[in-house]
Amino acid sequence: MTSASAAALDIRNLRTEFKIGEGWYPAVRDLSLSLAPNETLAIVGESGSGKSVTALSILGLLPRAGARIGAGEVLFDGRDLAKLSEREMSMVRGNAIAMIFQEPMTSLNPTMTVGEQIAEAIVIHRDGSRKAAMAEALRLLKEVKIPSAESRIHDYPHQFSGGMRQRVMIAMALACRPKILLADEPTTALDVTIQAQVLLQLNELKQAYGMSVLFITHNLGVVAQIADRVAVMYAGEVVELADVDTLFARPTHPYTEALLRAMPRADQSSDSLDPIPGSVPALTAMPPGCAYAPRCPYRQVRCEEQRPELAPAKDASHLVRCPVRIAAEVSA
Amino acid sequence: MMAVAAGAGLEVRNLTKHFAIGGGLLGPQAQIIRAVNDISFAVPRGTSLGLVGESGCGKSTVARAVLRLIEPDAGSVVFDGIDVRAASGSALRALRRRMQIVFQDPYSSLNPRRTIRQALEEPLWVHGRGSRKDIAEKAETAMAEVGLPKDAIDRYPHEFSGGQRQRIGIARALVLDPELIVADEPVSALDVSVQAQILNLMEGLRARRGLSFLFVSHDLGVVRHFCDRLCVMYLGRIVEQGVTADVLDRPMHPYTKLLRDSSPVPDPKARLVMTRIVGEVPSPANPPPGCTFHPRCPRASGPCFSELPQLVHRTADRLVACHWPEDWPIPA
Repeated sequence: MTSASAAALDIRNLRTEFKIGEGWYPAVRDLSLSLAPNETLAIVGESGSGKSVTALSILGLLPRAGARIGAGEVLFDGRDLAKLSEREMSMVRGNAIAMIFQEPMTSLNPTMTVGEQIAEAIVIHRDGSRKAAMAEALRLLKEVKIPSAESRIHDYPHQFSGGMRQRVMIAMALACRPKILLADEPTTALDVTIQAQVLLQLNELKQAYGMSVLFITHNLGVVAQIADRVAVMYAGEVVELADVDTLFARPTHPYTEALLRAMPRADQSSDSLDPIPGSVPALTAMPPGCAYAPRCPYRQVRCEEQRPELAPAKDASHLVRCPVRIAAEVSA
Repeated sequence: MMAVAAGAGLEVRNLTKHFAIGGGLLGPQAQIIRAVNDISFAVPRGTSLGLVGESGCGKSTVARAVLRLIEPDAGSVVFDGIDVRAASGSALRALRRRMQIVFQDPYSSLNPRRTIRQALEEPLWVHGRGSRKDIAEKAETAMAEVGLPKDAIDRYPHEFSGGQRQRIGIARALVLDPELIVADEPVSALDVSVQAQILNLMEGLRARRGLSFLFVSHDLGVVRHFCDRLCVMYLGRIVEQGVTADVLDRPMHPYTKLLRDSSPVPDPKARLVMTRIVGEVPSPANPPPGCTFHPRCPRASGPCFSELPQLVHRTADRLVACHWPEDWPIPA
């Protein structure tokens, strides 16, 4: 992992909790991740793994009632984002840290033209005239390759297709030249050919703008396409962290391995799929030991009693939260 | 067309469905959406046929038109030698029992105010399948067959997870002992691990009950795993049809190739090396002249701009609608 001073974003021991009944239960537990400059770090996990809650915690977008950051720091530019006021945070959000979400239609204002919306972001975060902002909006729409951008800048969001709307969102995110782009399932609602276009484009823009990208997805195929490093999350914890080649060549945590075995592939025939038995534990009923133990074929007695640490496997940059598999890999 | 003995499974010929939109007194000019054009395929008993394509290609309309949930405009649908389009009254009811549908989102297709028992028993009452006791027994057997505990039968849909609800959706299709299941994106809303469970469940049913499947999906991995044969649709037409693994490994239509190459696989070494994918799917209200894929096709030339290619046999087991299929040299 990169040292704190060099990281674009450094999340340390983040714990995000939700209030259920009378108690507070963690949806994200002791999450530490650092995002290097110009790196794409993918967070992958299934529903309820805590990947989106992590994104909302970074952005200070957790619901005000019933959710809180219980512990930890989100260090960005020498400041702890978790301690900023809403006013201070709104100066960071959409500016140095931009975000795109799954459903562009719900993040766009249906009563404003796309040009006005992009220009608005520029005027709010960067001083300057509206006219200059509109010119910049046009440049951005061209940069994300909206065909005939000169006329489409005056169109409303409903006049765009899903793929084009997501491009508009990307243009808006780029408006203030962010250092970090947080993308939460940005291509999940898109058709595969459009998804491929958007993924390629995100990669080009990352290079051009020198951004870091935190890419949240449930799709391991997409992860393999776009990520430099990957964090696999399960039940609110990072269970495996590795560079993308290592993760797919040597998946070591039993959950990562199981996910890959459960996924049917378009490029290979498979006789049978191995589903993961059982289901994700509820927030209110986390097992005392390893959260994955109840579903794990490698389970030992200690797994059910002791919560495992994220520890290095064969090489130091490959972290795995499973002493059983680490031991097996090191001795192999 | 594949040779199918009369009376063995489903046979669809020249199925066509157009929708009219607009055209009211004050509305915009009337437009005809050519959702499904001249579609022919067969699903012999015990086999599964996949329909794949992107949003708006007409795959779901085909699925519904086969069951007459949407009345087709032209063409024939024959099931086990019985003309589905001509059937009415009790003949149609008898057919509907033998052909059942499973939807993508079981939550929106289950009444939230009725228990699972009520949902499972209703089709049995409608079709008059036995006494009160027989019906109760059938519903309970169906629960067990899809792997749900019998004592969950008196609960309400909201008490189940997504995967469990899809099991209920399948159980409801099964209670009438159908021979054909039309599955419209049955696993698209599910997490990978749960998706594998549902696919395995359907595979088991197929083997045990000799069920046939018409399987609509946008996910080539899922289709490759589940379907013997595959129809690739683009703008309301079948552009390629053949044995699934063969079509995906050696696509002959440029659109099939584009679709396959855009489908991300969990292997960073297989990153998309894309020959600039351009454009989006045009509106079916205003399809391009000639081959409807030509505006996006890298191979388009000559007749592609003016003549619609017919779906013809390229090999004994492969139908392709293309003037310049992939196994031919690129036109000069």
